[in-house]
Amino acid sequence: MCLTCGCGHDEAHVEGDGAGWHTHADGTRHRHDHAHDHAHMHAHEHQHAHEHEHEHEHEHGAAGHLHFGDGPAGAVATGMSQSRMVRVERDILAANDAIAERNRERLRARGIFALNLVSSPGSGKTTLLVRTIERLAGVAPVAVIEGDQQTSFDAERIRATGAPAIQINTGKGCHLDARMIEIALGRLAAADDSVLMIENVGNLVCPAGFDLGEAHKVVVLSVTEGEDKPLKYPDMFHAASLMLLNKVDLLPHLSFDVERCLANARQVHPGIEIIEISATSGQGMADWLAWIERGARVSRHRPGAAPHSAPGVVEPTRSAPVAAAAQRS
Amino acid sequence: MHEMALAEGVREIVDQAARSNGARRVAAVRVEIGRLAQVEVEALRFAFEVVKRGSAADSARLEIVESEGSAWCMRCSESVVISGRGEPCPKCAHYQLQVTGGDRMRVLEIEID
Repeated sequence: MCLTCGCGHDEAHVEGDGAGWHTHADGTRHRHDHAHDHAHMHAHEHQHAHEHEHEHEHEHGAAGHLHFGDGPAGAVATGMSQSRMVRVERDILAANDAIAERNRERLRARGIFALNLVSSPGSGKTTLLVRTIERLAGVAPVAVIEGDQQTSFDAERIRATGAPAIQINTGKGCHLDARMIEIALGRLAAADDSVLMIENVGNLVCPAGFDLGEAHKVVVLSVTEGEDKPLKYPDMFHAASLMLLNKVDLLPHLSFDVERCLANARQVHPGIEIIEISATSGQGMADWLAWIERGARVSRHRPGAAPHSAPGVVEPTRSAPVAAAAQRS
Repeated sequence: MHEMALAEGVREIVDQAARSNGARRVAAVRVEIGRLAQVEVEALRFAFEVVKRGSAADSARLEIVESEGSAWCMRCSESVVISGRGEPCPKCAHYQLQVTGGDRMRVLEIEID
């Protein structure tokens, strides 16, 4: 479990999964209904060499071990140390990054402009998203991937707007990873040339480190939080291209120092773009929509004319994005 | 952040490397963690102790090499050492910095029997 936030990786669930299915951080998917841990304290001498093969159902008995007692290195030459160094030089997040790159390519091929929305819980992301979808109606079709530890409330709120949405429940997980997005993309009826909003788990720490394949991270900070958040969570504000300072309609009731907040954000990330916005009053919405439209226009200029999806992607209903709301859940 | 997920990533890389080199046992794992890589080193150590069980790295010791954060200061036009994002340039005290190093997390090498 993640010591910072309680993140565990064995309970992720994408809508449409049967009970018990889950996705591990390494992308393996399997199901089992029992809780277990692999703390084996006994010394054992047995010779079997086995390992998990994934993408299948299996039972864990004494499995989960890797044994190398039979390999060629088992031939010990007396008097010679067999110990040797092997250079590896691999990025720890290489597996995630490779899938993220695959997602990015898949989105690019279909002209989809993907944004990864990150924030603390309660920053108003979902409300902002709902208003954004309403305002984009007739301009660009929007599809949404919702990430939360539990419940599908947010996806239901999005679907009420008519946009296709899919919920990912990360269980104990504190962030979305590229593999979850890959699976969700296969089930989401996202139209070609659309805007894909990925609403990450409310958390200003972990989502900063995981590339999902998005075009940009957008960090939402509400004025009910605190001007110093960019300094407290610098990695997130550094990773984001755009900061939406949300709920500015509440400023008359607060002692929030906007200038100091913006200065803090720029201190961490000199090039960050900033829009002051309110989903309630509509202030700043035009700027935000224009920002999206600029990015979406670039994404629509994709190589090759034939809009073709990767295997497994539900074919979109291009002329009627609203009708695309019907989907598996 | 999520050191458990990172520890699982380390274990997988080590398992693969051990397998492809016909290792009987992994004695040590050396990883590089940049000071700007958002990793709590002690949490990573703890997590690795948990996830290594039952893997090729079951009895491996974890050696962590921390690499310094570096950034290009646009005002000084030179490379400077920083200890975190959002910190000022140690020379001119301004914040016009572009991180250039110390944000990586890598498995460098393993020692095998």
